[in-house]
Amino acid sequence: MGESTTANFHHVRTMRKDSRLRRNWAKLRRNKAALFGGALLLIYLVTAVLAPVLFPGNPSAPNLAKSLERPSFDNPLGTDELGRSILGRIIYGSRVSLLIAVGVVSVGLLVGVPLGLISGYYGGKVDFGIQRVTDMMLAFPGFLLALALVAVLGVGLKNTVISIGISMVPIYIRLVRGCVLSVREEVYVEAARAVGTRDPGILMRHILPNVMVPITVQTSLGMGTAILFAAGLGFLGVGVQPPTPEWGAMLGSGRVYLFNSPHVATFPGVAIFLSVLSFNLLGDGLRDALDPRFKL
Amino acid sequence: MLNYVVKRLLSTIPVLIGISLLLFFMLRMLPGDPAQVLAGQMATPQEIELIRHQLGLDKPIHIQYAYFLGRLIHFDLGRSARTQNPVTEEIWARLPNTVLLAVVAITLACIFGIPAGIISAVRPYTWIDYLVTSSALFGISMPVFWLGLMLVVVFSVMLHWLPAGGTGSWKHVILPSFTLAAFVVAFIARMTRSTMMEVLSQDYTTTARSKGLKERVVVTKHALRNALIPIITVVGLQFGLLLGGAVLTETVFAWPGIGRLIVDSILARDYPMIQGTILVFGLLYILVNLVVDLIYAWVDPRIRYG
Repeated sequence: MGESTTANFHHVRTMRKDSRLRRNWAKLRRNKAALFGGALLLIYLVTAVLAPVLFPGNPSAPNLAKSLERPSFDNPLGTDELGRSILGRIIYGSRVSLLIAVGVVSVGLLVGVPLGLISGYYGGKVDFGIQRVTDMMLAFPGFLLALALVAVLGVGLKNTVISIGISMVPIYIRLVRGCVLSVREEVYVEAARAVGTRDPGILMRHILPNVMVPITVQTSLGMGTAILFAAGLGFLGVGVQPPTPEWGAMLGSGRVYLFNSPHVATFPGVAIFLSVLSFNLLGDGLRDALDPRFKL
Repeated sequence: MLNYVVKRLLSTIPVLIGISLLLFFMLRMLPGDPAQVLAGQMATPQEIELIRHQLGLDKPIHIQYAYFLGRLIHFDLGRSARTQNPVTEEIWARLPNTVLLAVVAITLACIFGIPAGIISAVRPYTWIDYLVTSSALFGISMPVFWLGLMLVVVFSVMLHWLPAGGTGSWKHVILPSFTLAAFVVAFIARMTRSTMMEVLSQDYTTTARSKGLKERVVVTKHALRNALIPIITVVGLQFGLLLGGAVLTETVFAWPGIGRLIVDSILARDYPMIQGTILVFGLLYILVNLVVDLIYAWVDPRIRYG
């Protein structure tokens, strides 16, 4: 008898979870903009994964005989100053930008979320300390903070990820802390505490799930920002270094040939734009579908 | 109000200390000797020794920090390792260019962004709303530097209407300021739209409508006035984005501002100059936020007494 009740209870719980997921999915599917974003994102991911299939050969191997050719049948998007296929470099560049976006958001999440949870849950001196450091970091506009960090750490792929990642940490801390403050005093948290659940348990099982929606939204938008920032650093020459095919750096080197070969700088920009757009559309859609507070 | 001003001024102190700590430890995080780093790669051993002594780098670290703060307060940031000119002098020479660009851009952004957001909120889910929201989304997804280059291709390379870069006349300001404004205009339009939609759903808007006021009066006199407060804040916050964008825009248009200066300094490993430019950017950002908060408190008494 007892066993069947528990089983039943579990059944009800999974059903409820299931229907909520389905309801959210339905809401997301009705949002045409989010769907478009999802489709773009899918194309982007497939391009990154299948890069060697889509473009056989080395995207960084120079072929000076074909330098700065206009778009043609052989090279649909033309060639750059070293005669390399721009299409090939854009395809391989999707791997670089995706790697950066995932890396940056991981740094932001792994450092920012725990600090935000601790800051919001414990309050007091810990909170004060964490918040003052956050204030200092937010005293610099994000891109400038990343730039300043690059000035210290040096250029390159790894330092690009670390710099932009650190510049995003305060955003996650603020976001998570705010959410924790709003659920900390809820009855279910009090109940969990009353039955003797330890702090880590409360944080992981009762508070974190309630913060997941804004974190998910922020992560999608953050991936877009990460791509934009990385491209900006690459464009300035202080990000990912050549010959690695990075979209921003491609644009930066194409700038010199703007007058006679504008295609060199044009197409990598389209790639950046579309990938950032996909994350922004999806982020907006997720917010509309999942977060009841933002419902219009 | 005075109380609030004092409180707000005091709250910038920790941030200022934070910036000074960041700048101070920046050099110490680099591998090697800070005196060597500050003197630049071309310096002779005598010059390095002189800098070590001048800056007190042979003293314990907390004394070094005190020395550093002392110099910072007097705006003594040393000499550029690249040009040997005082850092403050070079920054002063370029600061007006960046401020000009930023002011023109933020003005353009407000002129286009706020009306676009209002129209979009007043006519939600119509073609004009979709036009505004999708252009705004495109705006925030577009790399500023790419937009700048494309504008050069169209207006300089193809049409020959405007110069591709440099300074000299009002014509030189047009492309960089529009480029810089594009990104911010998108944020302002999005924010204005959502704020206006919220205000338009409030009870006092319904009251104003049921009094029989004309829709134009309801929107401009009742809704917009209340929506303006958050909009001002957002415009102020966008200033940070603008400064970040200025670094990229100035590079695209070879615009001699401090944005370009910071990039050149990073590429040349000119650390005194990097410190100086970062300090100036930080101070500008704090100043703008301060002004915005004060305007905010002046417009909305609830803040002052809250």
